[in-house]
Amino acid sequence: MKTLVWVEHDGQAVKDATLSAVTAASQLGEVHLLVVGQGVDGVAAEAAKIAGVGKVHVADDAAFAHALAENVAPLIVELMGTHDAFVAPSTTHGKNIAPRVAALLDVMQISDILSVESEDTFTRPIYAGNAIATVQSTDAKKVITVRGTAFAKAATEGGSGEIEAVASTGDKGLSTFAGSEIAKNERPELTSAKIIVSGGRALASSDQFHAMIDPLADKLGAGVGASRAAVDAGYAPNDYQVGQTGKIVAPEVYVAVGISGAIQHLAGMKDSKVIIAINKDEDAPIFQVADIGLVGDLFKIVPELTAKL
Amino acid sequence: MKVLVPVKRVLDYNVKPRVKADGTGVDLANVKMSMNPFDEIAVEEAIRLKDKGVTEIVVVSIGEQKSQETLRTALAMGADRAILVVSETKVEPLGVAKILAKIVEEEKPDLVILGKQAIDDDNNQTGQMLAGLLNWGQGTFASKVEIADGSVNVTREVDGGAETDTLKLPAIITTDLRLNEPRYASLPNIMKAKSKPMAQKTPADFGVDVTPRLTTLKVVEPAKRSAGIKVADVDALVGKLKEMGVAK
Repeated sequence: MKTLVWVEHDGQAVKDATLSAVTAASQLGEVHLLVVGQGVDGVAAEAAKIAGVGKVHVADDAAFAHALAENVAPLIVELMGTHDAFVAPSTTHGKNIAPRVAALLDVMQISDILSVESEDTFTRPIYAGNAIATVQSTDAKKVITVRGTAFAKAATEGGSGEIEAVASTGDKGLSTFAGSEIAKNERPELTSAKIIVSGGRALASSDQFHAMIDPLADKLGAGVGASRAAVDAGYAPNDYQVGQTGKIVAPEVYVAVGISGAIQHLAGMKDSKVIIAINKDEDAPIFQVADIGLVGDLFKIVPELTAKL
Repeated sequence: MKVLVPVKRVLDYNVKPRVKADGTGVDLANVKMSMNPFDEIAVEEAIRLKDKGVTEIVVVSIGEQKSQETLRTALAMGADRAILVVSETKVEPLGVAKILAKIVEEEKPDLVILGKQAIDDDNNQTGQMLAGLLNWGQGTFASKVEIADGSVNVTREVDGGAETDTLKLPAIITTDLRLNEPRYASLPNIMKAKSKPMAQKTPADFGVDVTPRLTTLKVVEPAKRSAGIKVADVDALVGKLKEMGVAK
C-alpha cells in the first residue's frame, strides 16, 4: 500500500505530530510525504530526512501559504490517484483538510486512529475515549487521521526521501486567510505539553487560580489546564478546558489541583501517563484514577510544593 | 438570509457511557439523550445572527424517530422549522453529508452551521465533507462569526491560537466551544415549538445510499486505570517527582 502523509509544519520546521503519522503510515506500507506551503524548501529538506520516507511531494505556491482546505484538498485528491491511503495527524490542519478530501474521494474517513490492526482495520476512540472501537473500512482508498499520542515518533534522521515538485492546483477563490493570533504563550500548548498542571473549582477565584497554578506550572515547565467547573465559574479562560467538550490531553504527567474528577473531565485526561491529584476531599473521584494522591488544603500544599521543586 | 443547522441526538454529556457486554457498542437503552453540545452552540449562533440579517433558521436531523425531540428543542430555542430524515440504522458522516447536500440544493441556505463533532462517534467530519461536496468554503472550529457583504469572517480555534479566514457565501461553519453559550428554552417557547412545522423524509427520498462503509468489529472499554498510592505530605510528593525525573 502506498500512503501519502500530510506534513504538519509552521513554514520553518516539521511539527512532531507528523512523525507519529509517519509511524502509523509505515504500518500500512510505503510512506510518501506531502509538503504544502509557500517557501517550504527547508521544510521539504527536513522532511526528506525522516526515517523510512520514500518520495516527498512538494507543492509550493501562494495559494497554499496558509493550508486552506479549499485549495489544498483538490491537490491531495489529484495525488490520491497514485496513492492508496491519505494519512494526516489529528492537528487542526489535519482535521480540517482530511474529511474534505474523503468526501471528494467518496471515502468514509477513519478519524483519530489509535492503532493499525491491518491494512483495513483500525482502533479509534469514541465517546471521548470512554470506549474503543475496532473498525474495518470497505473503501478501496483510505483516509485516516492519527492521534499523535498513540504512535511513537519516527526518527528525524536517517531517511533520504526523493524530493519531487508538484504542480499547484491553484486558488479556488472560496476562502482567504485574514490573519492569525498565535498565542505568545511561553507555556507549552496543552495538546503537546509533556507536563500539565490543571486547576479546578476549589481554586475559588481567577486571582487564586493564577496565583496557585501559574508558579507551579512555571517551575515544572508545564502547560496550564482547567476543569470545566473552573472555566464555567470564570476562574480560567475557555481554551484552558480539559475534558470531553474541551481538549483531550495525554501528557507524561498530569497534575490535577482542586479537581474533583467529574466524568467529563476524566474523559479528557485519563490517558495521561502519570496522574497526580491534590484535593482536600479524600473521597474525590480523581483519586480513583490518580497514580499519586495527596489529600489536603491546596492553598498550603501548592505553594509549598512550588517552593520545594 | 437563510441558515441551515443540522443537529444530532446523542447520549447526554453528563452520562457515563457504558460499553455493552457483547462488545457491539455503547448501551443507549434507558439513558438520557440530548442534543449534541456543539450542535446547541450551532443553533444558538444561528439565532444570534437573526439580528444580523438572518430571516429563517431550518434545523435538520438525520436519525431515529426520537430525534424529533432534539429538533423540538432546537425549535424551542428559536429555530423556525425542522426536517427529520428518518433512519433507524446509523448513518455515517459521509452519508449524512450527502443527504445534507441534497437538502441544501432544495433549501438554498446562505450558511450551514454545524457542530464541529458529535460527542458519540467523535468523527469531526460532517461539516468539512459537506463543504467538499458543495464546493463551498469551510470555517471549521469557529470561535467568532461575523457576516459581511457576501462573505463571512470566521475566527477559528487552531493549534496554539486563533486564525481568521474570510469565506465567500454560501459557506459552511462548524462550531467550537467558545463561540457562544447556548440559551435554555423557556417554557412558553417550548409550548410554541410544538406547533412549528416539522417535515419527515427518508434517505431514499433524496436518492442517497447510506450503506455504511465502516464495519464496527467490536467496542471495548479502554484499559482501566487503577488507583495508585497516596503520599503523606509535600516532601513525599517531591520525592516521587524526583524519582520520575520530573523534578531535579
